[in-house]
Amino acid sequence: MKTTLVLISSLLAVTGTGIGQERDYQLELPDTPGEAPRFTPPPDSAIPDNQFGEMVRRGRDLFINTQQLRGKYVGNDLNCVNCHVDAGRRADSAPLWAAYTMYPAYRGKNDRVNTMEERIQGCFRYSMNGKPPPSGSEELTAILTYHYWLAKGAPTGVALAGRGYPKLDSPDKTPAIRRGQQVYQAQCTICHADDGQGRKAEGEHIFPPLWGEDSFNWGAGMHRINTAANFIHANMPLGKPYSLSEQEAWDVAAYINSHERPQDPRNDGDLKTTDQTFHNHQCYYGDKINDAVLGSQAYPNPFE
Amino acid sequence: MKLWPVIPLLAVVSHIAMAAGDVETGKQIAMQGNNQGATACVACHGANGQGNASAGFPRLAGLNAAYLGKQLRDYRNGSRDNPTMNPIAAALDDVASRDVAAYYAGLDPVGDSTKRKESASGRTLALRGDWDNTIPACVSCHGPGGRGVAPAFPALAGQHASYIKAQLQAWRAGKRRNDANELMKVVAERMSDEQIQAVADYFAAAPVQPDTGAEQ
Ligand code: HEC
Ligand code: HEC
Ligand code: HEC
Ligand code: HEC
Repeated sequence: MKTTLVLISSLLAVTGTGIGQERDYQLELPDTPGEAPRFTPPPDSAIPDNQFGEMVRRGRDLFINTQQLRGKYVGNDLNCVNCHVDAGRRADSAPLWAAYTMYPAYRGKNDRVNTMEERIQGCFRYSMNGKPPPSGSEELTAILTYHYWLAKGAPTGVALAGRGYPKLDSPDKTPAIRRGQQVYQAQCTICHADDGQGRKAEGEHIFPPLWGEDSFNWGAGMHRINTAANFIHANMPLGKPYSLSEQEAWDVAAYINSHERPQDPRNDGDLKTTDQTFHNHQCYYGDKINDAVLGSQAYPNPFE
Repeated sequence: MKLWPVIPLLAVVSHIAMAAGDVETGKQIAMQGNNQGATACVACHGANGQGNASAGFPRLAGLNAAYLGKQLRDYRNGSRDNPTMNPIAAALDDVASRDVAAYYAGLDPVGDSTKRKESASGRTLALRGDWDNTIPACVSCHGPGGRGVAPAFPALAGQHASYIKAQLQAWRAGKRRNDANELMKVVAERMSDEQIQAVADYFAAAPVQPDTGAEQ
C-alpha cells in the first residue's frame, strides 16, 4: 500500500517537468489556498437588455445546450454544463467565475502563457471530443463573454474558494474497479444506466454518457481517476453532493474510466508513445484491463 | 498509464428482463376491478386515467409503465404507505400490476393549460433549480418539460397540483419513503412551502406534449 502511494506521489512530481511538447490544456488545476476569498456570481436577472447582454445570453445558451454545435465543433453527446453544474455557477464544480480571473496563466508543461480562450478550446477538443471554435468566432466570443459576465466584480488574479473540483486525499485503499462497479450499480445506474450510456427522453440526453463513443475522450481531464473522483465526490449522485465516502468516489471513478472511449486526439497511431508522453498521471490509458489494452479500441474522433 | 496495480473487474451482474404487461387485461382491471378485492380504478382515477384534482387522486394516464408497476409493488409491500391504495394493490399480483400499468401507460395524458398561473418562481425552480439550497432543476431528473424519463422518473407535467403538493409534503414529513436512494426525499426536504406551492402550480399547467420554444 505504502509503496503505491509513494509511487503515486513520485510520478506526480515528474508530470511537472516538461514531457510532452504539445499543449495540454487539460492539466490539473493548481490547489486553491485554504483562506481563498469567496465570490457569488451575479444572478441571470441582472443580465442587461442590450447587445452585450444578448451575447451573455447566447453564451449561456451554448454552455447549457452545446449540442447545437454538434457536428460543427462538438463530436459527442455532452454539453458543457454536464461537468460545470448549474450553468457553470456552482462552486466546487469548476465554476466559470473562478476560472475567468486566473487567465492568462503560465504553464511549465508547455512553457507558455495560456489564455482563457485556449482553455475553453481545450474543453471543446477533449471533453466535447470536438474541434475548437476559432478565436474570434461568434460561438467562442459568446462563451467567453458568458465567463466574463459571471466573474463580474471578482478580483483578478486571486484564486477564489470553490475553483475546480475539491481535491480528495489519496485513498486508503488502491482504487479498485471491482468495488467501483458495486458503487456504480447501487448509486449511478438509475440515471447513467448499466452500460454507462446515460438515458434519453424526447431524443436528448437527460443523463449524459460516462464512457463509450458519445462521451469525453482519452485526452479530457475527466479521464484521470483523481479528477473524476474529485468531481464525483462533490457533485454526484445529482442532488446528493458529498454523500459518497471518499473511497467510494475513488473506486467508482476507477470503474467509469476503465472502459473504452474516443481516442486521445494527440495519438498519431502509436499508443505506447502517446501513453508515455501524455499520460503520466492516474489513468488506465494504455493499460490492460479485462484482456484488452485501453486506447487500442478507442473510437475515432469525428473531426480528425 | 496506471500508477497502481490494476485490480480488475471480476463480477458480472446479470439482469432479468421484465415482461411487458397485457393492455387488454389491464383495461379490464381498470374498468371492473378483479374478483380478488381490487376495486375498479376508474372510480377514483377517472374514466381515462386523468385522476381528480379536488380529491387528490393522481392522473395515471401516460406515466411510464415501469414507474406505475413499481408504485403498485411498493403499495403492496408497504414501502409506500396509503390506506386507500395499500389494500387495492395487495389484491393485484405481479402479472395484474404489470397489465394495469401497461394499460395506463398507453393512455394519452390530457393537460389543462387554463390552470396556468403566472409563477416565475415555480418556473425557475422547475427549469433551473435553486442551487443555493442544493435543489437541482426538477427537469434534470423528470425530463424535458417534466414529461418524465423512463424507467424511474415519472412525468409531472399535467399532474394535479393538489397531488404534487401532497407528495412533496409527504416526503418532507418522512411519510413517503419509496424513492431509490432517497433521491426525491433530499430534494423535497430542501424546499420551502412557497416553493412547493409554486412548482406544483407550474407543473399542473405545463404542456403534456413537447411544445417547442416554450421551455427556454
Ligand atoms: C466531461 C466533462 C467536461 C465537459 C463536458 C466540459 N468540461 Fe470544462 N473542465 C472539465 C475538467 C475536468 C476541467 C479541469 C478541472 C480540474 O482539473 O479541476 C475543466 C476546466 C474548464 C475550465 C477552466 C477552469 C479553471 O478554473 O481554470 C473552463 C473555462 C472550462 N472547463 C470550460 C468548459 C466549456 C466552455 C465547456 C464546453 C465547451 C466545457 N468546459 C466542457 C471537464 C469538462
Ligand atoms: C439522479 C440522477 C443521477 C445520478 C444518480 C448520478 N448522476 Fe451523474 N450526472 C447526472 C446528470 C443530470 C449529469 C449532468 C449534470 C448537469 O448537466 O447538470 C451528470 C453528470 C455526471 C458526470 C459528468 C458528465 C459525463 O458524462 O461524464 C459524471 C462523471 C457522472 N455524472 C458520474 C456519476 C457517478 C459516478 C454516479 C454514481 C455515484 C452518478 N453520476 C450518479 C445525473 C445523475
Ligand atoms: C378509492 C379511490 C382509489 C381507487 C379505487 C384506486 N386508487 Fe389508485 N390512488 C388513489 C389515491 C388517493 C392515490 C394517492 C395515494 C398516495 O398519496 O400515495 C392513488 C395512487 C395511485 C398510484 C400512484 C400514482 C403515482 O403517480 O405515483 C397508482 C399507480 C394507482 N393509484 C393505481 C391504481 C390502480 C391500478 C387502481 C385499480 C386497480 C387504483 N389505483 C384504484 C385512490 C384510488
Ligand atoms: C435527483 C433526481 C430528482 C430531482 C432533481 C427531482 N426529483 Fe422528483 N422524483 C425523483 C424520483 C426518483 C421519483 C420517483 C420516486 C419513486 O420511485 O417512487 C420522483 C418523484 C416525484 C414526485 C411524485 C410523482 C408521482 O407521480 O407520485 C413528485 C411530485 C416530484 N418528484 C416532484 C419533484 C419536483 C417538484 C422537483 C423539483 C423541485 C423534483 N421532483 C426534482 C427524483 C428527482
